[in-house]
Amino acid sequence: MSAPLLDIQTMRLSVKTDEGMAQILDHVALTLPRGRILGLVGESGCGKSTLVRAVLGILPRGATVDSGHILFENEDLLRLSEQELAKRIRGSRIGFIPQDPYLALNPVFTVGDQLLSVMRWHAPAPPGVTGRRARMRHHRERLVELLRRVQIPEPEAVLDRYPHQFSGGQRQRLMIAGALACSPRLVIADEPTTALDVTTQLQILKLLKSLVAEFDISMLFVTHDFGVVAQLCDDITVMYAGQTVESGPTAAVLADPQHPYTQALLACHPDRAQSLLGIPGRVPSPLNAPPGCRYAPRCPHAIDDCTRRAPHFAETGAGHLVNCRLAETQPEAA
Amino acid sequence: MLRFILRRVLLAIPSLFGLLVLTFFLVRVVPADPATALAGENATPAQIAAIRHEYGFDQPLYKQFVVYLGQVARFDFGESAYSRRPVSLDIKQRLPATLELTITSLLLGTFLGIPLGTIAAVYHNRWPDITLRILSVAGVAIAAFWFAIELQLLFSMELDWLPLRGRLSSSMDAPPLVTGFMLIDSLLAGRWDAFTDTLHHLILPAMTLSLGGLATIARFTRAGVLETLQRDFVTYARAQGVPSRVLIWKYVLKNSIVAALTQIGLLFGGLIAGAVVVETIFDWPGIGFYTVQAILTADYKVILGVTVVIGVIYAAVNILVDLIHGLVDPRLREQL
Ligand SMILES: Nc1ncnc2c1ncn2[C@@H]1O[C@H](COP(=O)(O)OP(=O)(O)OP(=O)(O)O)[C@@H](O)[C@H]1O
Ligand SMILES: [Mg+2]
Repeated sequence: MSAPLLDIQTMRLSVKTDEGMAQILDHVALTLPRGRILGLVGESGCGKSTLVRAVLGILPRGATVDSGHILFENEDLLRLSEQELAKRIRGSRIGFIPQDPYLALNPVFTVGDQLLSVMRWHAPAPPGVTGRRARMRHHRERLVELLRRVQIPEPEAVLDRYPHQFSGGQRQRLMIAGALACSPRLVIADEPTTALDVTTQLQILKLLKSLVAEFDISMLFVTHDFGVVAQLCDDITVMYAGQTVESGPTAAVLADPQHPYTQALLACHPDRAQSLLGIPGRVPSPLNAPPGCRYAPRCPHAIDDCTRRAPHFAETGAGHLVNCRLAETQPEAA
Repeated sequence: MLRFILRRVLLAIPSLFGLLVLTFFLVRVVPADPATALAGENATPAQIAAIRHEYGFDQPLYKQFVVYLGQVARFDFGESAYSRRPVSLDIKQRLPATLELTITSLLLGTFLGIPLGTIAAVYHNRWPDITLRILSVAGVAIAAFWFAIELQLLFSMELDWLPLRGRLSSSMDAPPLVTGFMLIDSLLAGRWDAFTDTLHHLILPAMTLSLGGLATIARFTRAGVLETLQRDFVTYARAQGVPSRVLIWKYVLKNSIVAALTQIGLLFGGLIAGAVVVETIFDWPGIGFYTVQAILTADYKVILGVTVVIGVIYAAVNILVDLIHGLVDPRLREQL
């Protein structure tokens, strides 16, 4: 198998807060093979967006990466300078689809201005096209074509409109076109359907799925909704309180969850992981998080060792990795 | 857009009307007996009665008001008791000098204040920001006359770079009067020497006058930019690789200047008030200087005329600011 497109290992990240250092990410691991859709699932606040921001190099001030690497096309993004990231990674090789398209668009500029501005810096132009004007004309044509592809009516006219003149679903289509505009290898979508109603959500998911194949891209799809993952994603990575707890092919993880957290999550809310009312205890604060497994205080199977043991992944099936003592002690037995 | 303009203009009418009512009452009603006040201390009752009749003070109040409106509409404020010239003529001659000074100060304050405020926000809590914060407090707190005198001492007396006072060197012939704005008139006449001379004269008073406005605009821009930097679209633009200088100076700034723009409209009133002090110090032949004289000699027609004219200009500036708002923010344009 060829090297994965995106490979994150032993990623630790802390943020300086008023009350001290908060360990937001702790031993996160995530692997996205080429041409696939990976669902990153976890409760609100578990650090999904922070991880995305780390990949894009747009962490908030006060955040520091303590260890780990983010290999994208065999290059460690954490070693790149801000200039390099801005110049040849963000927008150009990694496209981004935000959670709330309404807030993500600048209200006082036209949609065309905003989408074309990204293309102006990052979109490749075919060899024959030289000169600023010719390039911009080319970008404009490509954008119109993309807008048509994501089913925006009257794509030509749309470029001169302002964000508030679109519906939520249309805006998200605009963002999708924007993410694809510069022919990226990877598209990261951070809960792109959370702000939409169910019907629109379904249409957008279908669109995304078809685009991944058509444009030969890979996608990191962040969500807290297992239902969405089941529909869309080839693989799944589950996070809890800043740690990766389990990952593997979607079908395997959903059918046979290995980590007690995943099991509890799927048991108490088959479709949605938004609420964990069914699991006793609370998510630990990242401020003074215990070492070892962060789920241990709530885990029915926990023993003393759980809070001491360094996170470690055990493979319980083809590509199915679990960060849990249980999986280690019962190798392929159950 | 046309409807937007029209509506803004219509909205200004009530406040202008309010201004007229206010000035009318201040001048005609508040003094116990304006005729006595006008006639002076040693007037006989017959003289007072004559004045009362001449000025229409014996008419019912509403009739007086209608007459007053008519006068204002004709730009007729009567004759200055001091200069014995029509007030409107004095205003016409002096207003451009004041406008030239205030507009220059406003432009100076805007075009320095907005970039400085933006830089402060980008370097939030680091040295450029802290320096600017100290300076802007100083800018608001420093007395204009002290600053003016310091400037005069340094640039005129010590370094001899800039003239001490006035609007044009006495050795220089004034360009033919067209707009009354010396800079424009000298350009129209092709008088480069007069243009640079006026510009030199303008620098110190404009700097003095712009100080408070500059600080205010910088502060509001900084606050606006800081707020905008928190918005999601900034994160999105960064995530999509928009270079940070484009992001800040184009996308963030346009969202942030709305608050600063509102301030610019309000500042204009303060600038005209400030012009009184600055014109006196720099011997600038504007309306502020003229008003001070009028107040000192209780020349009420002058005070009235100046108040009305400045009120109208103030309203016009704020309409303009509203229109710029409409240009900046498409949502505002569509609300109507
Ligand atoms: N700038 C910051 N300063 C301090 N804490 C932060 C900062 N940014 C994020 N956090 C904390 O990091 C944790 C993870 O936040 P993050 O936004 O990554 O979660 P998420 O999984 O994306 O949640 P959601 O599903 O709500 O989007 C949260 O506990 C949050 O409070
Ligand atoms: Mg998030």
